[in-house]
Amino acid sequence: MTSPVSPTIVRLGVRSVFGRRRGILLFLLPLVLVGLAVLVRVLVGDDLEAASDTLYGLGLVVIVPLVALLATTGVLAPEIDDGSIAYLLAKPISRHTIVVSKLVVAASCVLLFAAVPMLIAGLVLALDDPQLGAGFALGSLAGGLAYCAVFALLSVMTRHAVVVGLIYMLIWEGLLGGLLDGVRWLSVTRWAGAIIDQVTAEINLVEGLGTVYAVVATVIVVVAGTWLTGRKLRAFNLTGDE
Amino acid sequence: MSTLQLDHVSRWYRNVVAVNDVSMTIRPGVTGLLGPNGAGKSTLIALMSGFLAPSTGTVTLDGEPLWRNEQVYRKVGLVPEREALFDYLTGRQFVVANAELHGLPDADAAAQASIALVEMSDAQDRVISTYSKGMRQRIKMASSLVHDPAVLLLDEPFNGMDPRQRIHLMDLLRRMGAEGRTVLFSSHILEEVEQVARQIEVVVAGRHAASGDFGAIRRLMTDRPNRFVLRTADDRTMASVLLADPSVRGARLRSEGGIELEASDFGRFSEVLPQLARDHGIRLLEVTPTDESLESVFAYLVSA
Repeated sequence: MTSPVSPTIVRLGVRSVFGRRRGILLFLLPLVLVGLAVLVRVLVGDDLEAASDTLYGLGLVVIVPLVALLATTGVLAPEIDDGSIAYLLAKPISRHTIVVSKLVVAASCVLLFAAVPMLIAGLVLALDDPQLGAGFALGSLAGGLAYCAVFALLSVMTRHAVVVGLIYMLIWEGLLGGLLDGVRWLSVTRWAGAIIDQVTAEINLVEGLGTVYAVVATVIVVVAGTWLTGRKLRAFNLTGDE
Repeated sequence: MSTLQLDHVSRWYRNVVAVNDVSMTIRPGVTGLLGPNGAGKSTLIALMSGFLAPSTGTVTLDGEPLWRNEQVYRKVGLVPEREALFDYLTGRQFVVANAELHGLPDADAAAQASIALVEMSDAQDRVISTYSKGMRQRIKMASSLVHDPAVLLLDEPFNGMDPRQRIHLMDLLRRMGAEGRTVLFSSHILEEVEQVARQIEVVVAGRHAASGDFGAIRRLMTDRPNRFVLRTADDRTMASVLLADPSVRGARLRSEGGIELEASDFGRFSEVLPQLARDHGIRLLEVTPTDESLESVFAYLVSA
């Protein structure tokens, strides 16, 4: 098989994400976002700052990485944990095809459960300014893809990918990203913020970070994360219970 | 026809040596990989299926390395020991997916043929999570056979099977071997291995302890002292009668009742015991081998 995507692995990946309990969370998270957007709109009214704070603080910092974490670890981690990934690996398929196929599923989840809800929440908060929602949707998609690549690599490197992913999200992206200015150069959320700033002229989420840098850094993380995951999977050790 | 070759293969995990300088050739036909639990059988199968890199030495299939070479899976079918499958799929969906991943032109037909071969046609539309252990084993077999591989590797395939399923799987493996496939399965039970395999490779504590047909291995195991506990209607008389026979090296009356006995010639002992009991009108209540655990057999093999 030379195609970079295997429809069979995509199909199995979709079943894997939604066949488990954590799949329900993927539906709940966007509901929380849109629900809160409605609440803010009702309580605060048409306010650009409140809209931007909600979309950034809840959407980009919390919902987007969580959706990416749930979707990516959902397609990779359980199979690695229980060893059933052997059935995919014992096939004449490039390991990169396996990873790309699984990331297609995770990226689709990011689009459906993070980017589209961000667009909807943006429209709810500022109906007369569709650029805001569109900017946040685009930024969410870019950031979500980078997160997926990072979490995919984590899934093949550690059996505790969800925990390590959450710690990374909370400590690096959340806490340190808010406290230390220099973190913006190595923060997926800040890169996404810079992309949003470029699309929506009225807001300024991240200071001193060029759009070109943000885009290039995002692309590098996506490509390098995907490639390294495939490489790691190529040297996957499957030992028995002995 | 394919041949697997291990050449001076060792594999260690940090300070623990799992496989120690093993060289063996697995040829077409059925080969049994026999050894006690923890002997390194699963590590060897992982090495032979390209799922583990040897620390030193080489593992090749028809001259090609297995490690980091996904193209070898066109020829190899693997049945892992671990139970985990894609539980949310039906048996048929699982085997069809395996056929598709092999890029077979008619995945459905190949899956149907493979499922029929393991006699799972009736249960193929049930979700795998509802399968018994034996059914899981058979659907795993079907998935590994779907691309008609020249080499079939099975890690402890008889675990959890009931006697009927066991007989069926044994028949299937024999047939695969007779068709010219290179079939290798691991087991820690000698009786299982000798019923199916023409060739037996014995591993103990990571070492290649013995190799040969089952007769040779059996002789190695039986031409040695065997210990038994006997309970009879008259232990004292039975002990003295048995001591008079050359097949018995020693006998001791146990304080809690019964005779502890060491036989030097297992074949002769198994013939004369019932004869002597009958001749002397002594009823045999119990004959229990006390050192038949494979560990003791292997310990003997390794020191031999």
